[in-house]
Amino acid sequence: MNLNLVQTLRMAIASILSNKMRSFLTMLGVIIGVSAVITLVSLGEGSTRSVTEHIQSMGSNLLTVNITGRGTSTSLTYNETRELRDLPGVLYVAPSLASQATVKYGSISSDNASLESTTPEYQYVQNYRVSSGRFLLENDITQRQRTAVIGKEIVDELFPFHNPVGERIKINGQTFTVIGVLEEKGTSAMGSGDNKVIIPITTGQRLAGNTGIRTVYIQAASPEQVDTAELYLNNYLIKKFKSEDGYRIFNQSEMLSTISEVTGILTATLAGIAGISLLVGGIGIMNIMLVSVTERTREIGIRKALGAKHANILVQFLIEAVVISGLGGIIGIIFGISGSMVISNLAGFNTVISVNVILLASMFSILVGVIFGIYPANKAALLNPIDALRYE
Amino acid sequence: MPLIGIEGLSKSYMMGKIELRVLNNINLTIQEGEFVSIVGPSGSGKSTLMNILGCLDTPTKGRYYLDGTDVASLSGGRLAEIRNKKIGFVFQSFNLLPRLTAMENVELPLIYRGMQSKEQRERAVGALEMVGLGDRTNHRPSELSGGQQQRVAIARAVVGNPPIILADEPTGNLDSVSGREIMGLLQNLHRSGATIIVITHDSDIAQRAGRIFSIKDGVITETGRGEAV
Repeated sequence: MNLNLVQTLRMAIASILSNKMRSFLTMLGVIIGVSAVITLVSLGEGSTRSVTEHIQSMGSNLLTVNITGRGTSTSLTYNETRELRDLPGVLYVAPSLASQATVKYGSISSDNASLESTTPEYQYVQNYRVSSGRFLLENDITQRQRTAVIGKEIVDELFPFHNPVGERIKINGQTFTVIGVLEEKGTSAMGSGDNKVIIPITTGQRLAGNTGIRTVYIQAASPEQVDTAELYLNNYLIKKFKSEDGYRIFNQSEMLSTISEVTGILTATLAGIAGISLLVGGIGIMNIMLVSVTERTREIGIRKALGAKHANILVQFLIEAVVISGLGGIIGIIFGISGSMVISNLAGFNTVISVNVILLASMFSILVGVIFGIYPANKAALLNPIDALRYE
Repeated sequence: MPLIGIEGLSKSYMMGKIELRVLNNINLTIQEGEFVSIVGPSGSGKSTLMNILGCLDTPTKGRYYLDGTDVASLSGGRLAEIRNKKIGFVFQSFNLLPRLTAMENVELPLIYRGMQSKEQRERAVGALEMVGLGDRTNHRPSELSGGQQQRVAIARAVVGNPPIILADEPTGNLDSVSGREIMGLLQNLHRSGATIIVITHDSDIAQRAGRIFSIKDGVITETGRGEAV
């Protein structure tokens, strides 16, 4: 079989150009399909990534214990939370008392700061860093110091022009010394991490007049030890509360895998819907190729009389179909990438354009050309040269 | 060994349940370098004979030796190869591809031979010059007159140096002046050694050949000698 591919390709392009409008409309199906696949998948992957990143920023080995208070006792004491540190698999333990607070510096005040009383280990468990000053130390806890670490938003409101470290502020009317400023975390679906005021847990307990702790953040030593830690926590808490209803343990990694499963299904659904439009585009190609074969019956007869074999004709029409779908694929990729960029810029959604999706889309569009081109091409190649020559 | 040897060849078609015999037990021998014409009215079976001679169709019965090979039972792919290498077609309606230039039309048989593009080009230019269209290589068929189109078709038929030129009513769509030119061209080809078979219903055209056959009701008979003996 003698096939000059360059020449066949040139013939295919000449034939596509000879009917520009029709070729473009045929291509449009593939263009829309491919750009839809790329845009929707990058949107889906973008949202998956932003959710995952947010959860991971809260600490990937995190277990959260909430005391619901339906058992005989309704909370843990500070010393009991200290005991949790000795459980196997547990690395850090940060008990927390949270409430809303009014923070004042001189005459400026900020109303809805979120006040959290906790221990130094909180910074590791929740991935907080200080940008200036320091975080709470063990000493602040034992001495019940009136020290506070404040978030970026509070700093911007109360101290627009100078460094707050060492300044005195009033939290719910009580005087505290600012010892550090938290690094900016950004706002997310879970609320702002930057309007926090963190004070020693012992100080917080005294101010609130309430020593019961109902929330404890626990970090396992490694992702593999999360389950071990959870098991021992369960044992400890069930002994304490005598009932499984008295407390709840949230496993961050379980939540993460549930959420990524959900967003994965979302992405796959979007890709599937877009894939259907690619399929419709393929049917369009097949339709036009069938018309083209009928129109060019005589040409096929002439070529066969001059010595074209079955394979020559097959390849000629197949290449035409693949060039249409491949060209549509390339244009679709360009549209898809620019489409997802426009969406992320205008609507502010996070989009992730992955190389895999582009590769997959281009392979799929070529495959569409082959699958939907093979039937018309084979029909052309099987024409009887005598009948084809007689065709008017 | 003759170039074409046909022994007891028959061709029939099934029209529903009735067998329609178009060619009936034909014997025909054509030597290399002959100029032969086959005359017959429409419906005489001459198109069917032409298709079989041109390896576009296969006989129902009998043998057809072309250049020593029995082509009666060859596969479609082998027949395509023989059409490409051994036969040059000239059709009544020219059968040029309208979207291609004269040059590209002439190159077609060479493409299917898998020849390098540079050699294709050189040989196509040579063939077009031979038919007097060296200055029309980049014209499309629609930009050429009927006579010129038929000359492009002749250039396409000879470009691959096939041993046989098969012309089916080559002057049928032309005025008498162009028709004479085309016949002159075929005579020149014959003089330079090509074997030429012309199928026609016009006895004036048939007279230009060497041997003249006439076909009627599927039976062929040699009826005379023409000027090219």
